[in-house]
Amino acid sequence: MKLKQISIFLENKKGRLWKALSIMKDAGINIRALSIADTSEFGILRLIVPEPETAKRVLEEGNFVVKMNDVIAIGVPDKSGGLDGILEILNKADINVEYLYAFVAKRGEQAIVVLRTEDIDAGIKALEDGNVTVLSPDEVYKL
Amino acid sequence: MIWNEKSECMSKEEKKQLQLERLQDVVKKAYENVPYYRKRFQELNIMTEDIKTLKDIEKLPFTTKTDLREAYPFGMFAVPEDEIIEVHTSSGTTGKPTVSGYSQKDLEIWSEVMARALTMAGANKKDFIQNAYGYGLFTGGLGVHYGTQKIGATVVPISAGNTMRQLEIMQDFGTTIITCTPSYALYLAEVAENEGIKAENLKLKAGVFGAEMWTEEMRQEIEKRLNLSALNIYGLTEIIGPGVAMECEDKTGLHIADDHFYPEIIDPKTLQTLPEGERGELVLTTLTREGMPIIRFRTKDLTALRNEKCSCGRTSIKMDRITGRTDDMLKIRGVIVFPSQIEKALLKIEGLEPQYQIIVTRPHHMDELEVQVETSEKLFSDEVKHVEEAKKMIEDHIHSELGLRVNVSLVEPQSLPRSEGKAVRVIDKREL
Repeated sequence: MKLKQISIFLENKKGRLWKALSIMKDAGINIRALSIADTSEFGILRLIVPEPETAKRVLEEGNFVVKMNDVIAIGVPDKSGGLDGILEILNKADINVEYLYAFVAKRGEQAIVVLRTEDIDAGIKALEDGNVTVLSPDEVYKL
Repeated sequence: MIWNEKSECMSKEEKKQLQLERLQDVVKKAYENVPYYRKRFQELNIMTEDIKTLKDIEKLPFTTKTDLREAYPFGMFAVPEDEIIEVHTSSGTTGKPTVSGYSQKDLEIWSEVMARALTMAGANKKDFIQNAYGYGLFTGGLGVHYGTQKIGATVVPISAGNTMRQLEIMQDFGTTIITCTPSYALYLAEVAENEGIKAENLKLKAGVFGAEMWTEEMRQEIEKRLNLSALNIYGLTEIIGPGVAMECEDKTGLHIADDHFYPEIIDPKTLQTLPEGERGELVLTTLTREGMPIIRFRTKDLTALRNEKCSCGRTSIKMDRITGRTDDMLKIRGVIVFPSQIEKALLKIEGLEPQYQIIVTRPHHMDELEVQVETSEKLFSDEVKHVEEAKKMIEDHIHSELGLRVNVSLVEPQSLPRSEGKAVRVIDKREL
């Protein structure tokens, strides 16, 4: 199952992250997971939210550049070597991971990780073939 | 349509004869009535009788912006002040403004050349001309106003700014011709798009854009986004205001109203007159102006003159689009750079708003050029490497245009200042 992620361009300037998050707050949107990729010149804020379309719209109204794309959410055994086993599966399938980040919330005994592979469909297939729990958007938003 | 076929289509020989008679007349009047010119002519030992051919104009001294500033406010007037019925000033961004004084006859000349210009944009009595040039001391607003009234078209004197109202009036009145700076035209297009106003539902047929430098690429962008024919107008307060030159539908240069303004091109360094077709600084002499005749004014604008036949039938000499100014030319690590070149490069990139700012610094005694551009959904990605590729792609486009490596910074949309008049594109932080 694919999960929608929104990415926001942040200029490397004081207060921009806060401004983006204030817009989320004002729209009553609860952020389920987030990560920031930072370079010396700009940042990319990536969010998993239950209403990605609404979030994209309100951010664009606030003059942010926003992109929506698919990522994969998986359940990872919350113990040493949990993620290792998953990356091994992807490596064997010759699938490159662009980035990944984790949810704060847990699902039973599993940690939740957001994964971005270059080819999302190939990534999902390899993970499912390796018996990894790939979560649906509903399961993610309920956490 | 040609507004004044007799003047605009006269034979070259007829034109030369008329120019010579008028030149002799204006030189005589300047000598007799303007102490500044009398003094300069005497210093150079020039008698008014020395002007026997048009080529003899090269014996005359240049007039610079500094000369006009020193004559501030009314030192260049050639008629008693009670015959001056209107004054304008230049913006004064680089010091004291310069004053331009108009007699009744001067205003008639201005209306005439503006009527010719607007007619080149297809204006006739039926048109609604929305004049978004600023009204006031700036010549843009009233110049278009007088020309519109001369034609008998309807002028909507909305002046600059208040973009939402501009769009509202444009829709409600069915504006057919818009007049403003090209950067403001793009801003109007951008706001219209955001408001869901479709260009094809507007009645705009032409735009008369000037008062700042722009490029062919920007023309195409404006034409596409506002669904009109974008034409280039040129003028300057010191000479009369807008209407000195204007493009016809052929779009291959601007027709100079050369029965009223005599053009020359000089090398800005050697001050030698350059032959037709060579690029240099435009120098203008007013041939008919009564209130304030100006001899060989150095415009600082870089262009070339072309005397080829035009498909529109007008015989007046044409000048190329202004591609730079002798004073906004940047020298970066010894390479000459004009902001218009950067604009040209940016307009070649799809999905990029043509809003930019150039910041020049000199850390460690080396010039650095930073170009800030607004990012867009098309350029942006969730992956850092793709955003960096987009940045590099813009840098490469600029590099191939300038032959110079620059640093591109992506900034957030709408974060660069939008201008309602002349856009400020360059911030030079070097202490030169």
